[in-house]
Amino acid sequence: MLTAGEQSKTNTWEPRIVAFFCNWCTYTAADLAGVSRLRHAPNARIIRVMCSGRVDPQFILDAFSKGADGVLLGGCHPGDCHYMEGNYKALRRMRLLKRMLKDMGIEEHRFRLEWISASEGERIKTVINEMTEQVRTLGPLGLPKKFEEWDTEMEVLERTVNGKEEAVHA
Amino acid sequence: MHNYEQKEAVRIGFYICHCGHNIASIVDVKAVAEYVKSLPGVVVSCEYKYMCSDPGQELIQKDIHEHSLNRIIVASCSPLLHEHTFRTAVEKGGLNPYYFQMVNIREDVSWVHTDAKAATEKSKDLARAAVQRVFHHKALETKHVKIHPDVLIVGGGIAGIHAALTLANSGKKVFLVERQPTIGGHMAMFDKTFPTLDCAACILTPKMSQVKNHPNITLWTYSEVTKVDGYVGNYKITIKRKPRYINEELCVGCMDCIEKCVYKEGKTPDEFNVGLSKRKPVYIPFPQATPQIVLIDPEACIEFKSGRCKKTCVEACDRKAIDFNQKEEMKEIEVGTIILATGYHTFDAKRVPFYGYGKYPNVYTSLEVERLVNASGPTGGELILRDGRHPKTVGIIHCVGSRDKNTNRWCSRTCCMYSLKLAHLLKEHTEAEVYNFYIDIRAAGKSYEEFYDKLLDENVHFIRGRVAEVSDWAVRSSEEGKLIIRAEDTMIGIVRRIPVDMVVLAVGMEPQSDSQDVRRLFNISCSTEGFFLERHPKLAPVDTFTDGIFIAGACQGPKDIPDSVAQAGAAAAQALTLIDTGEIELEPNTAFVVQDDCSGCRTCLTICPYNAISRDEAKQKAFINEALCKGCGTCVAACPSGAIKQNLFEDEMIFSEINGLLENTPVVCC
Ligand SMILES: Cc1cc2nc3c(=O)[nH]c(=O)nc-3n(C[C@H](O)[C@H](O)[C@H](O)COP(=O)(O)OP(=O)(O)OC[C@H]3O[C@@H](n4cnc5c(N)ncnc54)[C@H](O)[C@@H]3O)c2cc1C
Ligand code: SF4
Ligand code: SF4
Ligand code: FES
Repeated sequence: MLTAGEQSKTNTWEPRIVAFFCNWCTYTAADLAGVSRLRHAPNARIIRVMCSGRVDPQFILDAFSKGADGVLLGGCHPGDCHYMEGNYKALRRMRLLKRMLKDMGIEEHRFRLEWISASEGERIKTVINEMTEQVRTLGPLGLPKKFEEWDTEMEVLERTVNGKEEAVHA
Repeated sequence: MHNYEQKEAVRIGFYICHCGHNIASIVDVKAVAEYVKSLPGVVVSCEYKYMCSDPGQELIQKDIHEHSLNRIIVASCSPLLHEHTFRTAVEKGGLNPYYFQMVNIREDVSWVHTDAKAATEKSKDLARAAVQRVFHHKALETKHVKIHPDVLIVGGGIAGIHAALTLANSGKKVFLVERQPTIGGHMAMFDKTFPTLDCAACILTPKMSQVKNHPNITLWTYSEVTKVDGYVGNYKITIKRKPRYINEELCVGCMDCIEKCVYKEGKTPDEFNVGLSKRKPVYIPFPQATPQIVLIDPEACIEFKSGRCKKTCVEACDRKAIDFNQKEEMKEIEVGTIILATGYHTFDAKRVPFYGYGKYPNVYTSLEVERLVNASGPTGGELILRDGRHPKTVGIIHCVGSRDKNTNRWCSRTCCMYSLKLAHLLKEHTEAEVYNFYIDIRAAGKSYEEFYDKLLDENVHFIRGRVAEVSDWAVRSSEEGKLIIRAEDTMIGIVRRIPVDMVVLAVGMEPQSDSQDVRRLFNISCSTEGFFLERHPKLAPVDTFTDGIFIAGACQGPKDIPDSVAQAGAAAAQALTLIDTGEIELEPNTAFVVQDDCSGCRTCLTICPYNAISRDEAKQKAFINEALCKGCGTCVAACPSGAIKQNLFEDEMIFSEINGLLENTPVVCC
């Protein structure tokens, strides 16, 4: 979707982080960071959900597969979830997800789960800055590209196999 | 209501707000608007100085008509601030309000980023995500719930009292729950109040008895809220009433029992006098305590300890009100709204050991001095020190536990003023020389600066500088037997040693020690220091993030009586607004099960914290009770069949947001 001009401008790679924030604590904290003008890295884009419990591990996988270099999930501190225990559910799911990401070869620091309360505007700044730097060090994840490569590999493989089969049949 | 098919073509109107310079000085709003114009589905894309203003809203409405728009996106401030405004505008324009989506490019972009290019790119990404999202939006019905007209007020200090009376006078039924045996809070302990020096009891006790006698107020003292269920309009509250061992219906507060108690003298530190005197096991906090009912402290009472007391109190009570077998009682009530007015707690002066509190008997906290100068206090208002002397010189140290990064960073706002008040009262009672050691005098309030001027005329001494130390280490004969205050006088740039007979520590105001437990109980938030967090510091100062729960007084932050009363009135007005509207709009973000997709696996049943999901055993399908669902979405993420959907947060909406955010991700090689 980029024009050639824009493409050349984006030669210097910048980490892309998708952040899922719960409405009651972490999203509010991000608002507070805004109101308090706590400047931080422009690399995270927030998607607001009502509770961290709404976040399906598939959202995170989808974000990676569409080109995110990091994913951040933010919810209320344990015991503080607006819906009592959604964040515990999130925690349990994300533990499983972390294992899965590891198996997929996605580095640990690319996914982060953080409890940030409505008053912790400062924490938003710290976490986003930290994560941006960690992901920057890791470099681009480039899953879409990898997927493409895997696809071509598969195709080549298929063709070779088919070719051989044809040869046998001939 | 749930309609998955897309009937008509999506026609999007996109509006980007300058917010004066707030957004436009960082984000290139023109470029974003131009860019969005090129996206599929977008019919109108423009920028405007203030979208939330009337002309801004009218612009949207006009475009809906002229361009047959059926989706509206506004990129401006946080949805927590203006989502409602724009939804209403969209609805007035004839469109279902849930076809609206907001993009936050102020709090999340222009206010936190300095790189204009990056901020503009981020805004484009966020806008593109919204454009893709609104394709999946649906018309929804706003839900309404009825508001139960009764109100619960927690905490019976001046704030709770004022809120209770305001509501009760307007005909609402109020339950006032106070954990101490009496209402009155801190104010009941004071002799005079700044800046007018009117007697605290004279203005407070009439209000306290009004509370007691008001037909619309149920007063439960010595009680605590233990459980809060439900939601705005329909809260179910459980209250624990601790046993006083006195039948409240029978006791008339004559206090004969106290006089006839086997203890001739009190042995237990008196809480109301901050330990400056002793009370008996059967006691009343102070003569005008409300309700005027005694209570027995089982920790101190011989009957409770050994069961072998002569029980002279029982004999003394004509009304047969004493009941050693009284048990704790649980009450359950239903209310629609709640006001928290749980007040504050004073800083523990022992945390700054170099001021000698607890080490030198003549070092006092300000709260103790409030009792000492009080005519109904432990000394009848005579200023007698712990060592029996009358002070001739007094030093008041300001900002103890305030404006100090080692203790509390905030200014407690009342200490300068009450220190001035105490200086005046100390002079009045003793004619002593009074020194105030201050950092800055903060006398911002109506008639406050004038009060400070008056004190200057009364020859009170003011020394500007933080006190380093209080000690009894005399280096000159004039210092023998005195407390020496060592402080830098920043006005003349020298370190001074001032010998005094009495030191008063102007302790700061802190959150109640259990404020974290209380906020969890009521599901509200605290700010970093631990005071209850308001919904908006300027525009919603008494609201919380939980609908139907309001805060008033010092539980929200340090403040004086006039401000506490003003907030209490505001909180009462907010509760009244809800009650008189009769109902409240709820977000229709509830979840529902698409019956055909449900495999009946039961995964969701145990996940819902509100037990909103049940299983229709005949059909072997799960079913969500919309009235119970609060819309967290946890079950949606948990359902292995993807059979549960959440209105406003359907999977497709979130996936399209993700897609939109990342669509122009440059393909990089690794
Ligand atoms: C030494 C000193 C002198 C002062 N002098 C002045 C003055 O002269 N003029 C002035 O304007 N201001 C003065 N102030 C400030 C004043 O005390 C406060 O502004 C005022 O008391 C705040 O009222 P409140 O009702 O919010 O809190 P509080 O007075 O603290 O009352 C809170 C009440 O809630 C109850 N409570 C707490 N938690 C619970 C719970 N979980 N359940 C049930 N009940 C609960 C408490 O027992 C208490 O009764 C002074 C402060 C100090 C420290
Ligand atoms: S004597 Fe009886 S009525 Fe009187 S104060 Fe004591 S308990 Fe109450
Ligand atoms: S969305 Fe939350 S509250 Fe509603 S049914 Fe699902 S788990 Fe329960
Ligand atoms: S509402 Fe914040 S994690 Fe549940």
